[in-house]
Amino acid sequence: MSDVTATRHPGLNLNHTDRETHDRAESVMFGFWVFMMSDLVLFAVLFATYAAQSVHGIAGGPAPAEIFELKSTLWQTLVLLTSSFTMGLAALALKYRDDRRRLVLWLLVTAALGGTFLYLEGADWLRMARDHGAVPQVSGFLSIFYALTGTHFLHVSAAMVWIGVMLVQIGRFGLKPEVKLRVMRLAILWHLLDVVWIGIFTFVFLFGVVQ
Amino acid sequence: MTPFGLLDWSDLVFAGFLRDPSVNEAVASAAGAFAVLGAVAALVVLTVKGWWRPLWSGWLTSLDHKRIGIMYVVLGLVMFARAIAEASVMRAQQMAALGEPGFLSAEHFGQLFTTHGTIMIFFVAMPLLTGIINFVMPLQIGARDVTFPLVNAVSLALTAAGAALLMVSLVVGRFSTGGWSGYPPFTGAAFSPGEGVDYWIWAVTLSSLGSTLTGMNFAVTIYKERCPGMHLFRMPLFTWTALCTSILMIFAMAPLTVATLMLALDRYAGFHFFTAGSGGDMMNYANLFWLFGHPEVYILILPAFGVWSEVFSTFSGKTLYGYTSLVIATMCIAVLSFTVWLHHFFTMGQAASINAVFGVATMLIGVPTGVKVYDWLLTMVRGRIRFRVPLILGCYFLATFVIGGLTGVLLANPTVDYGTHNSLFLVAHFHNMLIPGLLFGMFAAIHFWFPKAFGFRLHEGLGVLSAFLWMGGFLCAFMPLYALGLMGGMRRMAQLPEGPFGPLLAVALLGALMIAAGFAVFVLQLWWSVRHRDRLAVPHGDPWDGRTLEWALPAPPPEWNFAVLPEVDRRDPFDAAKLAGIAYALPDRYEDIEMPANSAVAPALGAAAFAVAFGLVWHIWWLVAFGLAAALAAIVARSFVTETTRTIPAAHVRQVTEGWRSIARVATPCPRRAEATGANRGRARPQQ
Ligand code: HEM
Ligand SMILES: [Cu+2]
Repeated sequence: MSDVTATRHPGLNLNHTDRETHDRAESVMFGFWVFMMSDLVLFAVLFATYAAQSVHGIAGGPAPAEIFELKSTLWQTLVLLTSSFTMGLAALALKYRDDRRRLVLWLLVTAALGGTFLYLEGADWLRMARDHGAVPQVSGFLSIFYALTGTHFLHVSAAMVWIGVMLVQIGRFGLKPEVKLRVMRLAILWHLLDVVWIGIFTFVFLFGVVQ
Repeated sequence: MTPFGLLDWSDLVFAGFLRDPSVNEAVASAAGAFAVLGAVAALVVLTVKGWWRPLWSGWLTSLDHKRIGIMYVVLGLVMFARAIAEASVMRAQQMAALGEPGFLSAEHFGQLFTTHGTIMIFFVAMPLLTGIINFVMPLQIGARDVTFPLVNAVSLALTAAGAALLMVSLVVGRFSTGGWSGYPPFTGAAFSPGEGVDYWIWAVTLSSLGSTLTGMNFAVTIYKERCPGMHLFRMPLFTWTALCTSILMIFAMAPLTVATLMLALDRYAGFHFFTAGSGGDMMNYANLFWLFGHPEVYILILPAFGVWSEVFSTFSGKTLYGYTSLVIATMCIAVLSFTVWLHHFFTMGQAASINAVFGVATMLIGVPTGVKVYDWLLTMVRGRIRFRVPLILGCYFLATFVIGGLTGVLLANPTVDYGTHNSLFLVAHFHNMLIPGLLFGMFAAIHFWFPKAFGFRLHEGLGVLSAFLWMGGFLCAFMPLYALGLMGGMRRMAQLPEGPFGPLLAVALLGALMIAAGFAVFVLQLWWSVRHRDRLAVPHGDPWDGRTLEWALPAPPPEWNFAVLPEVDRRDPFDAAKLAGIAYALPDRYEDIEMPANSAVAPALGAAAFAVAFGLVWHIWWLVAFGLAAALAAIVARSFVTETTRTIPAAHVRQVTEGWRSIARVATPCPRRAEATGANRGRARPQQ
């Protein structure tokens, strides 16, 4: 393919830093974006259910404002946003430097931040359950609250496994085209989960406390 | 609890018969025995004939889109046999039950309409259309395969695992009685304890995951793998409908997955999404389900529209009339299909103004569909029409589909719907769309592309016979249901009141039997055609004087489809090439071709998915954990495989291509009027 300045897909393109992989990226990355889109539909449906049941489904159980604690959620948000930033640095390292050490380093930092996020969120759930008896079996609102945040939690956990696999593959195969493309897709997923979390933070937690 | 969870010998269907030797249990046991015998027979045949190895390396692990497509179609046909049998039993029960209890219990009848509906939608219609798109679409756009061949195989494996779960439920335990739509709270743990609804949940979930992946794969393939010159507006109409269906799959399957998983959380973990009380709200389920369900009916019908477009144009010997309007109509339908879901529950208590909005939106869909009907009619005007099986079905489709569409417009009026909701009128309406539209479309596609897939035609006379049995059978089976519905007959009833229902029900039973007979003739036709395949052979690959790229290939096409990727500069490129006399020209150079290598990952994931689902149904938690771990391990292990492709040397490609083309070029072209005779060897004489 001739035109090396072409952008083959939304997001960070390899372009002239690695033309061969750049050319192969087109359909793979596009396919992954489509996958992300259908994942977003999944979250959209969960959000819609939350909109209905956080109002109509309280059923005498605890209301959003009673159980949410913004401090913990804010920390989760900051940690996750930072992890998105470090994932961005990993992607830059992948693009501009054939420097595996830097890439691995940023991936490790991202994974550590991701792990912190999962820990904080888990602790927050435990607090709600302990202090308010807020478990999913109590009401329709809590059912969807845990389903929505839990789905996000599972996604982040899966992405953590993915980071682990990538670390092994970088060590074993080096920066082969396949490995590069996988890291690039991992980055898309990670940023997307960040976007979804911003939705959750705003729509679930901030709105919930305001009401 | 034993290591086998809730599973117990008494869950075997045969144990039910020993406990209570009634006709009801005998029917259930017979069905179970049939499933077991069928499975055993298949194993015996495979072993005796020594077909295990070819089955494994040629099919189950193959990533070739053509083979995956064929396997989908086979799956759909096998499940179809079961679902028609169930329909006939339901009809027989209603006939026998006028004023008396009949031979089936109400609960057994409930299982029958649930499995019938679930199978027909998820394991007949979806596999058939997915299979046909899989086989045809890459050929039509001049591609060597889909973009993600392994994902394609995984989709098939997940769908097959769901189908296997349904078959197992014939023998072990009971199935849901909640209908194909599975409405809670009835399907919740409080009202439907036991394994039945769980079977339904996991079968449907597996199928919907498979379809999500399929939709993404097809859409990306159509966007990214078109051969040079194949602009979007040069794509064959079938490919257009495949694209719109894929987009619908991407968006519509997720709500279904969410709905079934929420129902599962309610049932397994005591959540309150849809329970009565504690803040559960079953209306959320209705919305989620139909947010999937209505687009789903267009997922089902659009590919059939694509098939009809190819059929009308090919068998009229003309380009399609109104190509652009057909494309636009398809897109309009795809978009509108997301704006009408509420018409499935007009009666469930929302404001009249909301009903009105959705009613009007529903009626609007009639407009683009009407455009299509006119386009098809005008395609035939002044064409040289040949009544091969697909076109016979096509003409019948045009007439009956319009009736179904009109009754749909009636139902779209909320005030009318209040009277007809959940009546047999509705059952008549949707079968009226699904049978002449979708099902006959799929059978037309099978007749049309079978010679391409296997290198020989299907016997024409038997095809006509089965088509007439279907066409007559459909009229008898469903036209009476319109009347019965207006007379007050409700759907999903094991028993209708005595009185005026008898005669019309008898006609409906006759119709169901005729449809079943038509299917039997179809199977006979397959068998006969395989036995006499030499007589019916069309190795040159173009038996119907086709117009699009797939007909430019030998039958069956080589694994790599196109020796050299074609370049097109117009619609119906093969037709133009034939008229210009350059259709069988030899390429001037050949290159090595890289094709995906076989992989056992898909069957492994399918087996793991089945294990997880079965474990979930029977609460065998170690099996669930084991299945999940196996699936994860398979995926991770696959990512470490470095040799995922296989190179086919240019010399081999050359040998195969020239071997075929040099014969095809000198073959005697067959005129269109002789295409149903032995003179047809797959080289058509083009006519202006
Ligand atoms: C081949 C001939 C067919 C016959 C004789 C037949 C017969 C029946 C009967 C008797 C019922 C139960 C009606 C009731 O509830 O009272 C039914 C329901 C249904 N059928 Fe068919 N059917 C046929 C084909 C199909 C096809 C091709 C499809 C879809 C692709 C289909 C989809 C359904 C669905 C979705 C239901 C509703 C199940 C429910 O109530 O949940 N059927 N059919
Ligand atoms: Cu609808």
